[in-house]
Amino acid sequence: MAVALSERTDKETQEQIVELVRQFTDEQILPNAEKYDHADEYPQDIVDGLKELGIFGATIPEEYGGLGLDLSTYTRIVVELARGWISIPGVVNTHFIGAYLLMRFGTEEQKQKYLPRMATGEITAAFSLSEPHAGSDVQAIKTTAKKVGDDYELNGAKMWLTNGLTSGLVFTLVVTDTEARPRYKGMTCFILEKEPGVSENTGQYAGLTIPPKIKKMGYKGVESTEMVLDGYKTSGEQILGGEEVGLNGGFKQMMDALEVGRVNVAARGVGLAQRALELALRYSQERETFGKPIAEHQMVQGHIADMAARLEGARLLTYQAAELKDEGKSSNLEAAMAKMVASEAGHANTEACLRLHGGYGYSKEYEVERLYRDAPLLLIGEGTSDIQRLNISKQLLKKYKI
Amino acid sequence: MKILVLVKEVPDAAVEKTIGADGRIDRSGEKTLNPSDTNALEAAVQLKEAGADVSEIVAVTVGPDSASRSLQGAVSRGADRSIHLSDAGLAGSDVVATGYALAELVKRENPELVLLGQQSDDAGCYAVGSVVGQFLGQPALSQVSKLELSGTTLTLERQAEYGYDTLEVTLPAVISVSDSANEPRYPSLKAIMGAKKKPVEKLDLAGAGIDAGKVGTAGSGVECKDFQAPAAKAAGTIITDEDTAATVEQIVAWLDSRKLV
Repeated sequence: MAVALSERTDKETQEQIVELVRQFTDEQILPNAEKYDHADEYPQDIVDGLKELGIFGATIPEEYGGLGLDLSTYTRIVVELARGWISIPGVVNTHFIGAYLLMRFGTEEQKQKYLPRMATGEITAAFSLSEPHAGSDVQAIKTTAKKVGDDYELNGAKMWLTNGLTSGLVFTLVVTDTEARPRYKGMTCFILEKEPGVSENTGQYAGLTIPPKIKKMGYKGVESTEMVLDGYKTSGEQILGGEEVGLNGGFKQMMDALEVGRVNVAARGVGLAQRALELALRYSQERETFGKPIAEHQMVQGHIADMAARLEGARLLTYQAAELKDEGKSSNLEAAMAKMVASEAGHANTEACLRLHGGYGYSKEYEVERLYRDAPLLLIGEGTSDIQRLNISKQLLKKYKI
Repeated sequence: MKILVLVKEVPDAAVEKTIGADGRIDRSGEKTLNPSDTNALEAAVQLKEAGADVSEIVAVTVGPDSASRSLQGAVSRGADRSIHLSDAGLAGSDVVATGYALAELVKRENPELVLLGQQSDDAGCYAVGSVVGQFLGQPALSQVSKLELSGTTLTLERQAEYGYDTLEVTLPAVISVSDSANEPRYPSLKAIMGAKKKPVEKLDLAGAGIDAGKVGTAGSGVECKDFQAPAAKAAGTIITDEDTAATVEQIVAWLDSRKLV
């Protein structure tokens, strides 16, 4: 079931917000992305800037101190930020998914407890499904929460937590009923509290460890980590939606949230594809071969046309998926298509851009080198393209079953 | 005290500026709040933050209906309300006519301080502040890079050819703020959304009590006849660096020939 979470944002406000985020991207992200990327350093200054703008509260309702923007506006914000560097909306995305989970499924008490502080960015959220042996195959997860006295004790290892270290909350899917069949009916989403920035948690958070961040090809600056749960204790109140409703109901909650998460990744693909086109348009008019700018060679023109068409197709699919969700309709099929097409567009456009740059594209002196390393993240995260294909065809075959 | 900030909507810097057959700048295409005016708004907000007893900041613009968007941008940057003078009779106003219209709007509000950006991105005359000051009979200071307020005394630094002058002026006054005065902050998303709810007073010439004969083409002394692009700069000399010692010699010889070393 899908429900619209916010009032529609009017077009004029949306335009003004997008314009501001574009300016912020041009002035604060693009000139600094290479520096943070090369050092694999957390872009604290940029994140502080996002907090001042109010981006962390973008989708959180006004009554909880946020701005209550609709998903369509949020999607456009992500496109603009990703145009600068996909790691930046990466910092925001898990937070946004956490906020969505709370808004959609949290008890009033849980909303009051976390949303106002999340809206200001005082605490940020991560979320966790994957484990070392299980990614898209979510039903294979093994981490458990067992009731011990009044509390739950969590044990297991989670993998690929974006913002795993810096976050103060981790929305974590675990197995609460190992006997349940199908297995997803025995899974629960816990809101785990932890100390932001601390690897080995102690005191009330003892038993939660964030090992050193994983070294990656691209998508630098924002940390991806494991999370080891070894006797971490929490109360039933930390079950998303409350113990009564949320126990063994976590799988569906997470799948709903992934739908909007996929729109976010799609939006990042659009931003990346757009930046690649911008760089290609500029470089192809500057660089000369055989006595003229390479933009005057027809084969280069062909690449540029392909890039632009891929970009705009991806953009429309992405906006459509967001639009459906805003209207309170299911966007499961469209979000899957948007995620697949936009992430592939991001990848294809950065590759085409790299080719147009020739040897310089392979040099760290040029921005496209970073784009090319960043692009594959989008092909993988929030469900690989192949998983999206399976998802899309499964839905279609079910809908049009003869 | 009340601060009025005069703002203008201008063609976006990225848009190539062209002069139409009527001798006016072609204002179609992307438009934006004049960047220099954001320095004036920031200066107003900073005076308030520094503890000055500022009761309200009012953004004022003279321009077509489309300028309401930039005016709203000004409000999101810290103004409490705005005034928009729009009238077909204003088209073709030169600096003096525009300054007169602005001065009439200022008189209606009677503020202690008027701030504005020192130049507009389009015409770039650097003169509107002085004209407004003249019509108001108030001191007008341009190129101001620093402002400090104590009671009704404004201490300010003004860029000069070498270094800067430090001046004191007793309010009321009209101050053109330079772009080195501050670094305008970004409006928050919340401020953008809130700007729509702040009051905006829309006026036409009659409503504002402005003499239509003193504005527009008829009220302007400037007559635009022909525009020429500035002469292109001569191409530079390119020295190919094959032997560094020889290259350095060539550069030194070139500098020497111009008596620069």
